[in-house]
Amino acid sequence: MYAQLVETGVKEIKSQDEMSQEEKHFQSKIDAEIKIEAKNWMPDAYRKTLVRQISQHAHSEIVGMLPEGNWLTRAPTLKRKLQLLAKIQDEAGHGLYLYSAMETLGADRDTEIQKLHDGKAKYSSIFNYPTLNWTDMGAIGWLVDGAAIVNQVVLQRTSYGPYSRAMVRICKEESFHQRQGYEILLTIMREGTDAQKAMVQDSINRLWWPSLMMFGPTDDESPNSKQSLAWKIKRKSNDELRQMFIDQTIPQLEFLGCTAPDPDLKWNEDTGHYDFGEIDWAEFYAVLKGNGPCNHERLAKRKKAIDDGAWVREAAVAYANKKSDTYQQPLHSKGA
Amino acid sequence: MSEYPLYEVFVRSKHGLNHKHVGSVHAIDDAMAMENARELYTRRCEGVSIWVVASRMISASATDEKEALFDPSEDKIYRHASFYELPDEVGHM
Repeated sequence: MYAQLVETGVKEIKSQDEMSQEEKHFQSKIDAEIKIEAKNWMPDAYRKTLVRQISQHAHSEIVGMLPEGNWLTRAPTLKRKLQLLAKIQDEAGHGLYLYSAMETLGADRDTEIQKLHDGKAKYSSIFNYPTLNWTDMGAIGWLVDGAAIVNQVVLQRTSYGPYSRAMVRICKEESFHQRQGYEILLTIMREGTDAQKAMVQDSINRLWWPSLMMFGPTDDESPNSKQSLAWKIKRKSNDELRQMFIDQTIPQLEFLGCTAPDPDLKWNEDTGHYDFGEIDWAEFYAVLKGNGPCNHERLAKRKKAIDDGAWVREAAVAYANKKSDTYQQPLHSKGA
Repeated sequence: MSEYPLYEVFVRSKHGLNHKHVGSVHAIDDAMAMENARELYTRRCEGVSIWVVASRMISASATDEKEALFDPSEDKIYRHASFYELPDEVGHM
């Protein structure tokens, strides 16, 4: 999941009796699967939760370009380079769709990005892991985008209209990402040398557990889920989504001829699901707090990108002011 | 970017269809809005034509006007073809 531990600011879900007329009307629309639109009345906590979740989701798309950007100039063929470029451009696009959806709630894009740069806003823990070899591009496309798809397919039914519509658009584009990733790995497993095949297994070993962490803490450690589910911002719990991902991924893993770094992973005939081992939650919380292998590097790169682009933004404003007949009010750049 | 004006983007997916709202972009002027819209909303042959319009130029009906604007047409069911019952012998009309 690209949004983890999203605060709702709500400790107890209100009962019907405790709700105001407006809140009752709002909840009845949610219960009837009627989408909430930007101009509709909504509880303040619903609005704030959405701004947190959508901005976190958008930040994840943008920061998510960095681990893959690391391999652009070292892609093994021109075809792979073009594919990776297209995928990374998609991630930028997804970030922009989401920032637009967030803005419909009255949030300001620059303000939210500043929160990211100040370390006040989160992004998905997965992007704080390094990409050490080319096969990581395959494993990220397959596992990381695969986990994102499981989450995002469900979010197409989220209760807020602009968020839901952004998800529909994103899901259409995302399956290319997963397929290109899996194809990278499959090609190496079929045609590669032993050393290259070992790199595929190494990528899976390193990215397996962080991919499972993308869905966030277990349900009983997820205090905000109940309200988010009641508002239908979330449609399925973290554990449900994680299980869906594992169940659909293991056959693909076996087809590759690779294994997961989990000795407890096995099919459970009774439940019809795969059982799996304990996730290292201490690592998850450490990465979320900013102490993952690449947190510092990722944020530094984002800040530098914004700072280095300041002159372009200033030039655009100067140009627009020169043609001031288009606008009554001169525009001022916020600068660096 | 948020100090740049907001533009709404409409894309005609193929000839003969209406332009449809697909989302928004920030841009300093019309030309940049068009370029950003093309990059963001038509990466996979989604359209044959794009309109961009500054969001501040759009007038929208207010949510609380919904009943006043749209309820009056609800009791005018005689405006629909299905209101008129004709014998089967007349055939398709």
